Amino acid sequence: MEADRVERGTRASRAFAVIAAPVLVALVTLPWWWGDPGWMRLIAEMAYYLALAQLWNLLAGYAGLVSVGQQAYVGLGGYALFYLTGPANVNLYLALLLAGPFAGLIAIPVSFAVFRLRGAYFAIGTWVVSEVFALLASLILVLGAGSGLSLTVPILRQISSDRDVRDAVLYLMSLAVAALVFAIVYLLLRSRHGLALTAIRDSEPASASLGVNTFRTKFIVYLVTAACTGLIGALIFLQKLRISPEAGFSINDWTVVVIFMVVIGGIGTLEGPFVGMLIYIMLRELLADYGTIYLILMGAIAIAVMLKAPFGIWGWVVQRYNVQLFPVGRRLVLTASKASER
Amino acid sequence: MSLLETRSLSAFYGDFQALFGINVSIEQGETVAIIGANGAGKTTFLRSVAGMLPTKPEMVIFDGKPIGQLTPHDIVRLGIAMVPEGRRLFPSLTVEENLLLGGHSERPGPWSLKRVYELFPRLRDLRHLPAPALSGGQQQMAAVGRALMANPRLLLCDELSLGLAPVVIRDIYQCLDAIIAEGTTVVLVEQDINRALDASTRFYCFQEGHLALTAPTKDFNRAAITAAYFGL
Amino acid sequence: MNWLNILVQGGLLGGFYALFAIGLSMSFGIMRLVNIAHGDLIVLSAYVALIVTESTGLDPFLSTIVVVPVMFALGYALQRGLLNQTLSGGLLPPLLVTFGISIIIQNGLLQIFGAYDHRLKEGAIETASLQLPGGLAIGAYPILVFAVAVFAIASMQLLFYRTRLGRAFRAVSDDADTAELMGIDNRKLFAMALGIAMVFTALAGILFGIRTIFAPSAGPIRLILAFEAVIIGGLGSLWGTLIGGVVLGIAQTIGAALDPNWQILAGHLAFLAILVARPSGLFPRTRD
Repeated sequence: MEADRVERGTRASRAFAVIAAPVLVALVTLPWWWGDPGWMRLIAEMAYYLALAQLWNLLAGYAGLVSVGQQAYVGLGGYALFYLTGPANVNLYLALLLAGPFAGLIAIPVSFAVFRLRGAYFAIGTWVVSEVFALLASLILVLGAGSGLSLTVPILRQISSDRDVRDAVLYLMSLAVAALVFAIVYLLLRSRHGLALTAIRDSEPASASLGVNTFRTKFIVYLVTAACTGLIGALIFLQKLRISPEAGFSINDWTVVVIFMVVIGGIGTLEGPFVGMLIYIMLRELLADYGTIYLILMGAIAIAVMLKAPFGIWGWVVQRYNVQLFPVGRRLVLTASKASER
Repeated sequence: MSLLETRSLSAFYGDFQALFGINVSIEQGETVAIIGANGAGKTTFLRSVAGMLPTKPEMVIFDGKPIGQLTPHDIVRLGIAMVPEGRRLFPSLTVEENLLLGGHSERPGPWSLKRVYELFPRLRDLRHLPAPALSGGQQQMAAVGRALMANPRLLLCDELSLGLAPVVIRDIYQCLDAIIAEGTTVVLVEQDINRALDASTRFYCFQEGHLALTAPTKDFNRAAITAAYFGL
Repeated sequence: MNWLNILVQGGLLGGFYALFAIGLSMSFGIMRLVNIAHGDLIVLSAYVALIVTESTGLDPFLSTIVVVPVMFALGYALQRGLLNQTLSGGLLPPLLVTFGISIIIQNGLLQIFGAYDHRLKEGAIETASLQLPGGLAIGAYPILVFAVAVFAIASMQLLFYRTRLGRAFRAVSDDADTAELMGIDNRKLFAMALGIAMVFTALAGILFGIRTIFAPSAGPIRLILAFEAVIIGGLGSLWGTLIGGVVLGIAQTIGAALDPNWQILAGHLAFLAILVARPSGLFPRTRD
């Protein structure tokens, strides 16, 4: 007789996997069959934004850490790459590997300060910390002070002397980092920490009283997020070839639009950031000729979603059709005989 | 016509149903007690009447008009004031400011700062103190005074005796007589059954969100109340 | 380093920051609203003043008679139409909605006015200064701004403690549910509160636009400075906000005396130090 069992998968998630697999294969092999640099750059950017959105969602949507200072780690990762490969003359790939851990390391003392703060104080505290890093970067001469740093051609030749190959490598790295971040977030949520996080999000005092070490769990999430954000920052500016305090630590570019994506797509879901990122990129590309109208629209949509559908577009879909593409929870599946007894 | 009538009043906290089809009818000038065990729905009933919980319009009829859909601030203007459980004075306001705030709706009527001070002379001496500086009994007087400042036709009192010494409770209930003499209709929610029955002309007994018993207090039967109270 | 000079100049600069902060302090104190768009609303006020002065030829000071009512109405409408809907659902809704407003204002100004710097011209008072014994020179304009800040806080004090409206503000801040039971329409009252907060925001914006050049992107840093002043002083304390502004101004002036580039950084560091040492500020007032 078939036994009752606990499952994670849903029918939608299995169907989705069937559709998504060829799309993924197509994306990964794209440089070989359609190496258009413009499109590759756009897809790479989508990958970075997706990763940033997943990370902010993990921070705010699951751990309840509403940070508006994640641009600090984008900038730190970028500057780490530029400093290491330039003035410190470190190999490019080694520098990329070090950028994430460096951002994570800086996050330790930062967390000691900002974790003393709650709610809105925490949010603004993280922002001020990021401003401090931006100002420091603009004062340090070896970092190019106010004008910033550029990556020179010899450094880029470490990837390849062929421009097409370089484009392809950068493109594949962006996909890899998006996949890595997604895997980290997904595994973290499916782990013991994931349950703890959901408990913290729902009620911090209650979960603390049940023996969840809320501080440690939040601390881990904050560090992991900072390190991943640092790595993404390094890759973003590797593609841009130039970094300045303003661009590196831009709250609008690296945090505000990311928050909009998460909220529009659906905070606290793994699918939401995908949806939000796609909407952002579509708006931006479609309205490219109209200045910053797309940002005004993003702001307006985010406001409307927050007020009318606080769980976002994906949350609305789930409510309506009860689908979940990346199940992190467990469901009890009753076998037919027992189910009919009920 | 009744001053206050509820028709199949139901109330929910989220998915939890706290009141199930309550029918209550209170005449002008009556003093009615609502008794019942903890969690019977007494406070929920008052909160529903005061507009703090969403209800359908016809579920609460005041002076012949449906008021179930109105907000608390609209309902005060119609003449229903509440002394909330735990007094809920505004801590950063002085006693006098708390009283004045009670008159925010500017309903005309017999009660004024002067009359409230006559009723509770002790409050006049304490009027410039911040509310938290008062003793529990004095705070309860201030809370009653604050509700009177709205010149209510219907006064809802939630657990006047809660946490107070017997002698203080007696003082407060004595003042209630003066309020009733003014023609105010009063609804008392109390856990202290004897106190509530002494002060009232009629009572309702709630049990687990249902109306279990109603009778005039003069011919109340303790055994019947106990049965209704505990659901025996 | 001339300490007396630093204290005086820094203190006067603090008046500016306090003026930035009053509106923010008020909306947090009454509706617990952290208004991320506050800085952009300051900048928006400066642009409104710019339109008024350029279209009518009015003096920037006199443009107040137009800018203040316009900003009051905007604040009232924002609270009534949008922000009232965000107040019951935790931290994220108000934060996100005001972020949205912030982005809309910034980019709206950018679309209309471009990224250029603008300035309100007031003439002689901008550069006039008083010579004091000991070689101390104090600008007339900073003194004026400080006086406006003190006047603004004093009038807020009067409003809060001497009027019926102020009493209702304090009651709602204490306990919004019970205030409703007293006949207060919280939604209208909140709209009034943001309207009044915007009156001070409008004043801050005009005085800011006379003192410095401004561009559409100038908002976020004003928000941070205002927030720092509020937090250093302690939430909900009006005079604390003034002292918070003064502390911030002095910290910045000390930084600037060491190296002009360190001015803002020194302010941030002082803020973070105070935040870590005393998370509820120097003069905490609000209970949560």
